[in-house]
Amino acid sequence: MSALAAAPVLGSAPVLTALAETLTETGRTTTGEAVLFWVIAPVMVVAALGLLFARKAVHAALSVVLVMISLAFLYVAQDAVFLGIVQVVVYTGAVMMLFLFVLMLVGVDASDTLVETIRGQRWIGWLAGVGLGAVLVGVVGGTVYAPATGLAEANADSNPVGVARLVFGEYVFAFEVVGALLVTAALGALVLTHHERLLPRRGQRERADARVKAGATLTPPPAPGVYAQRNAMDVPALDPQGRPLEHSVSRVLRARGQAADAPPVLPAADADEGSRR
Amino acid sequence: MSLDLLAALLVAVPLASAAVLLVLGRATDRWGHWLGVLASAASFVIGAVLALELLGRDAEARVLDVTLGRWFDAGQLAVDLGLRVDPLSITFVLLVTFVGTLIHVYSVAYMEHDASRRRFFAYLNLFVAAMLLLVLADSYLLLFVGWEGVGLASYLLIGFWNHNTAYAVAGKKAFVANRVGDIGLIVAMGLMLAATGSVGFTQVHAAAAGGAVSEGWLTAIGLMLLLAACGKSAQVPLQSWLGDAMAGPTPVSALIHAATMVTAGVYLVVRSAPVFDGAPTAQLVVVVVGAVTLVYGAVVGCAKDDLKKALAASTMSQIGYMMLAAGLGPVGYAYAIFHLVTHGFFKAGLFLGAGSVMHAMADSVDMRRFGGLARYLKVTVVTFGLGWLAILGVPPFAGFFSKDKIIEAAFVPVDGQPWRAWVFGAVTLLGAGVTAFYMSRLFFMTFFGRPRWDVPEEEARAATARAAGARTAGANASGAHASGAHAAGHHPHEAPALMRWPMIVLAAGSVALGLVLATTGFTTWLEPVTGHAEHEEPVLSVPVITTLTLLAVGAGLVLAYLRYVRDEVPVAAPAGSPLTRAARADLYQDAVNDAVLVGPGRALTGGLVVADRTAVDGAAVGVGRLAVGSGALARRVQTGLVRSYAATTLLGVVVLAGVVLALQA
Amino acid sequence: MNPSNYLVLSAVLFTIGAMTVLLRRNAVIAFMGVELMLNATNLALVTFSRMNGDLVGQTLAFFVMVVAAAEVVVGLAIIVAIFRTRQSASVDDVNLMKG
Repeated sequence: MSALAAAPVLGSAPVLTALAETLTETGRTTTGEAVLFWVIAPVMVVAALGLLFARKAVHAALSVVLVMISLAFLYVAQDAVFLGIVQVVVYTGAVMMLFLFVLMLVGVDASDTLVETIRGQRWIGWLAGVGLGAVLVGVVGGTVYAPATGLAEANADSNPVGVARLVFGEYVFAFEVVGALLVTAALGALVLTHHERLLPRRGQRERADARVKAGATLTPPPAPGVYAQRNAMDVPALDPQGRPLEHSVSRVLRARGQAADAPPVLPAADADEGSRR
Repeated sequence: MSLDLLAALLVAVPLASAAVLLVLGRATDRWGHWLGVLASAASFVIGAVLALELLGRDAEARVLDVTLGRWFDAGQLAVDLGLRVDPLSITFVLLVTFVGTLIHVYSVAYMEHDASRRRFFAYLNLFVAAMLLLVLADSYLLLFVGWEGVGLASYLLIGFWNHNTAYAVAGKKAFVANRVGDIGLIVAMGLMLAATGSVGFTQVHAAAAGGAVSEGWLTAIGLMLLLAACGKSAQVPLQSWLGDAMAGPTPVSALIHAATMVTAGVYLVVRSAPVFDGAPTAQLVVVVVGAVTLVYGAVVGCAKDDLKKALAASTMSQIGYMMLAAGLGPVGYAYAIFHLVTHGFFKAGLFLGAGSVMHAMADSVDMRRFGGLARYLKVTVVTFGLGWLAILGVPPFAGFFSKDKIIEAAFVPVDGQPWRAWVFGAVTLLGAGVTAFYMSRLFFMTFFGRPRWDVPEEEARAATARAAGARTAGANASGAHASGAHAAGHHPHEAPALMRWPMIVLAAGSVALGLVLATTGFTTWLEPVTGHAEHEEPVLSVPVITTLTLLAVGAGLVLAYLRYVRDEVPVAAPAGSPLTRAARADLYQDAVNDAVLVGPGRALTGGLVVADRTAVDGAAVGVGRLAVGSGALARRVQTGLVRSYAATTLLGVVVLAGVVLALQA
Repeated sequence: MNPSNYLVLSAVLFTIGAMTVLLRRNAVIAFMGVELMLNATNLALVTFSRMNGDLVGQTLAFFVMVVAAAEVVVGLAIIVAIFRTRQSASVDDVNLMKG
């Protein structure tokens, strides 16, 4: 889905530049940008709330993908073409795919539900969230900004070139360090997910050999109900002497006390009488 | 060989022997006792060589100070490992090693059937080494080492048969009583350090004699030394352990609790002569302690039916004589030591005789079941009799020369105070009479009169009932004591030669030692240590005192003869007068100790335990509970739930940001 | 339109991401909340860059993305490892540090 969403953006560079030009001339926002913003921003907020409320993890992941693609639009609208591309490639293309893979791996479990298990956590979460939002919005809204300068001058040699000058110039050391961090992270992930086998693998052959060696019963255990009056699950099978074989009844039934005590069909004395007749 | 080395060997040889016997253990079982005898004898030979060396010198040069090296160095206090060989210490050395060797020989036979004879000899050697260190030390601190060493050996030997609980308890009692005295010695050393900055004899005595230390200090030091002496020498009020110490094997009683160790207190007082000379009050206390103990021991000795305990009471009384003499100042020091030496001989002989009697009577000590033994134990009765005459002070036996002199000295007025002469003179005179009575009683009850060891138990009971008459019948302790071994018939027999010869030698000493020492100027020989005493006239003339003494002795002897030879001795002890009953119970010394010390001590410790449990432990446990409680409270915050932590973090951020914003606004 | 609207949007997204971390038990979803918070930060950085007229803000946002990528790799590896041992992806089940 993310690939689909990213397709028109990545599709052609001229479209992008044209879009950027129509949206921004200087630091001031154009009407086109305003329209874009007011369309995209509510979508983003709703999608983000989906993260908070979606029952299924996959839905949550998809809404995050939506938020991230929208962010890419906003970056481009703000003259950050390079970042917009990277956002799509790295986040929607790589990171969120990774998330989806892990979700598939982990599967669905009880933790997907929205039922709160920690007492008071919901209240605290809401309180903290609303408080944080209030503080942040209050600060952002309450600040008086100087007139926006705009990036026309900084992007004179195109935006990627401008960013590249900084990344490979002033911030080259940080860049190297971040490169090392990535390598380390990759190694770390390998180590964390690596599963070393401590014992040789026990296949079917090994298990069968072990059973023979231990002298256990090689044949399957007797099925319940065999030779008994009824062949129900809870009736013990009878051995050749007519005695009930308790272990033929399922362990669970025995534990619950639901096994029927089946008297032998023919008690030993009866059997003798019968043979005499 | 240098004299320094000889002096060191004196102590080292028995110590090494003890170490060998203890370390090699059972490997030495076969010959260990002879090694012990050899070590003791070697010490005697070395001591004799040193004594001859000293005799060959001028009187002023008869001090041999041996420094073996620096012992320890603690700031301003530096103590050398030094020995002092002088007339006083060499006298002790000869006494200890000579009597010790004899008793070693005796023990070879006496302990023959004891499985741990080797251990016994190891302890005896250890005792000899410690005692020699005690008398040879040239500082109070080194003396203290020997002092503790003999205490340890005494403890080990009293409780030698520790499988018998009563004996083990007796050893413990002696140990504890001695510790009380040891505190005195430690405090005395502390006072010396404070007053003179040293614990060496030379320095302390020079300071005391030179007037560098005030009389108050000297009195304090003297009283503390006296406390130590009381503990070691079983003087009132620390006398209670000596009677029980008879639980040890008889050779131990002879060597440690009669001849040598118990006299260490007298040695300490005499050795500290300059201190006491400067503290008349302390001297008076010494005299009083000596006089009280003298009478105390004599009274107890009159009532005891236990042969060894009667002898122990006698020892206590005789040491009281010595202590009294030592408290009289220069006039008495030499006679204290003189009596100490002669007493060492005759009392050791008496104890060995007692051991011989016990050997003959299947370890019984009840004199009421003896009688008529003279016929069976011919050597023992003679040696014992000579010792008896010596302790009575009958001329010309040893005791006469030493004890008479003490009585004379007691009659000499001190500081021009005639009342003291009269009081203490009378006490010593009375003591001599009582001594004669109880020693004769002991002697007669054991060796003369009708043999009583075969009297059957029933007859004894009947006799008791007759004796008790209308009074409460059979309420006495010794009646029960007279059971057990007596039921079987006795066949008294003389001891083997190894036991006889030491007794004979000691008896010879009891006969002649007094005369020899008196005529060869023993008191002059001691003068370098004890100081020269100006001759002073006693309040009565000397012949009068001698006559009175002999009269008192004769009266005691005759009284004893009348009561215990002419009259029948009841097999079971009669109820007796209140005084007799009190004396039998050691004048209630244990009851007094229990009431005065043990009871309050127990109450105090009990209170402390309660206080400790409630207050101290309560505080400690309370602090712990507080910590645990607050920890449990704080723990509830640590849920381990990431989301709780995140919520906390976020709330914190919100609150902090809110505060910052509010402050900015 | 004032560029500060972007900042308000960023704040709202950040808050929603934070609440996701607090309220969702599924470790993967909580982790996505973290990603959302990082993205909101990036939006703010890009907006600041535009306001200031230099590209440092964008550069910073770039670095945030790289670090976030590294973080995602390690974080998801941890989640997988935990899931393997506990058969659960709930953050509440991992409370060994409980006092």
